[in-house]
Amino acid sequence: MSHMREASARQRPDFDGLFREPSIVTGVDLSIKGLGKAFGAKQILRGLDLFVPAGQFVAVVGRSGCGKSTLLRLVAGLDKPSGGTIRFGGEEASVKGNTPVRVMFQEPRLLPWARLLANVEIGLGMRKNAMANNEAALEALRAVGLGDRAQEWPSPLSGGQKQRVALARALVSKPRLLAFDEPLGALDALTRIEMQSLLERVWQRDKFTALLVTHDVAEALTLADRVIMIEDGKITFDINVDLPRPRHRGSVDLALLEERILSLLLRKDADQPEYEI
Amino acid sequence: MSDAPLALSASEPLSGPRGSWLAKFFIKIDWLAWAVPAGLLIAWQIASSFGLIPSTVLPSPADVALAGWKLAASGDLFINIGVSTLRALAGLAVGGGIGFVFGFANGLSKLSERLTDTTFQMLRNIPHLALIPLVILWFGIEEEAKLFLVALGVFFPIYLNTLHGIRNVDPQLVEMGRSYGLSSFALLRRVILPGALPSILVGLRFGLGVMWLTLIVAETIAAQSGIGYMAMQAREFMQVDVVVFSVLIYAALGKLADSTARLLEKLCLKWHPAFQDLMG
Repeated sequence: MSHMREASARQRPDFDGLFREPSIVTGVDLSIKGLGKAFGAKQILRGLDLFVPAGQFVAVVGRSGCGKSTLLRLVAGLDKPSGGTIRFGGEEASVKGNTPVRVMFQEPRLLPWARLLANVEIGLGMRKNAMANNEAALEALRAVGLGDRAQEWPSPLSGGQKQRVALARALVSKPRLLAFDEPLGALDALTRIEMQSLLERVWQRDKFTALLVTHDVAEALTLADRVIMIEDGKITFDINVDLPRPRHRGSVDLALLEERILSLLLRKDADQPEYEI
Repeated sequence: MSDAPLALSASEPLSGPRGSWLAKFFIKIDWLAWAVPAGLLIAWQIASSFGLIPSTVLPSPADVALAGWKLAASGDLFINIGVSTLRALAGLAVGGGIGFVFGFANGLSKLSERLTDTTFQMLRNIPHLALIPLVILWFGIEEEAKLFLVALGVFFPIYLNTLHGIRNVDPQLVEMGRSYGLSSFALLRRVILPGALPSILVGLRFGLGVMWLTLIVAETIAAQSGIGYMAMQAREFMQVDVVVFSVLIYAALGKLADSTARLLEKLCLKWHPAFQDLMG
């Protein structure tokens, strides 16, 4: 594919040691044209255009009900658009089967009756080779630091650990586009910070295209190359975050940007009732 | 006597790893659970020995045991238990199998549910034992009669619980499975079936209860072999001890079926937090 990218010239943490073999698959372009989605009479997205070049980390922010989660669900193929097209690297999103997209949901959504290893293997979907699947799943678990717990049940794990297993499951198939639906929303503050840096390291290593939906502007700015804001089903704000990584929480640049985006988010609707989904 | 269970449970941690297999087995038995049946048995024997209960009404436990011994020695006992067990299992397999298939189909397909569920709900409200006269007319007292009744009785608990189980599979997990590209079959095997299993096993436990109940009634009324028949025949000859012995066999078989279902639950639901402390 033409989307192969050289490893980023920026300094990266020594994360490669966690993987045995480097990934060769890299991100895929995402191009959305005139995307619309209506639930009944309620128009959630209207004529949304977005192009994300391969390997870019895009964060989508917006108030609840603005349509950001709907956008993610459409990209992931969980819902069907009412209008417009979604293309991955020039190909139209296939209705069934081999989608290049993996989703990490807000909830871990682990199968409680499957051991961690088997849960991660789910990420390989229909792939048949049991031996190779096992190997790949174990490697993905090691990459999120849970390699020694592969044979345990999910129920005793903490929320953060469960979400790490979910990340391993999303990564194991080497997705070309990884969509995050507020995956850290339910975690406590410290676990969140750890998970954010894990996500960043994983992304820097694999260079998949990443689409992060979040309502946490600071999180968006810590992780993303680019932040877009959705209001009333349209993109109203689109900015490149050109800060060196790893970014430091509380740095002046970050704080100024956060202030700016927050003021945009809060500008409207101060005296209007909340949107409903 | 009454402090025995306490003493045993207190000594459990001490003798833990070093105790022999047999010792562990006896420690594992829940003595308290068996204290009441054992006490009743002793009271019964004492009352019979002192002539408080006439032996024509209720023979003493010793007499019942003796009758059981004689039946066992003649071989009749095992033949009849074998016949009854075979009938019970055949009915369970047929009724349970059909119930499982329809429960699954109706849980997954709206069309299938609309087609059949109303019918099942109507049939469910007929006490199946009320069909005995009709069943005798149809099948006489042949094997089909018992099979039909047991299958009918077992069908509903398994059907309803399978349906309920499938309905209650977390839709988020199903969505996850779909989005990760699982085929319909893989989704069924890895997500839907395990998700519905706790409920299906509850249905099986109910079903096993109904299975014995139905079989005993059917055998008492229309059979030429089996434990129910054995009891009815003993009644003809006023052999109260054999009748009482048959009743005790029912209790033992019912308990055995229930324990089997529990064991199955423990084995299949190891992942379930509710069963994890039971596993030790």
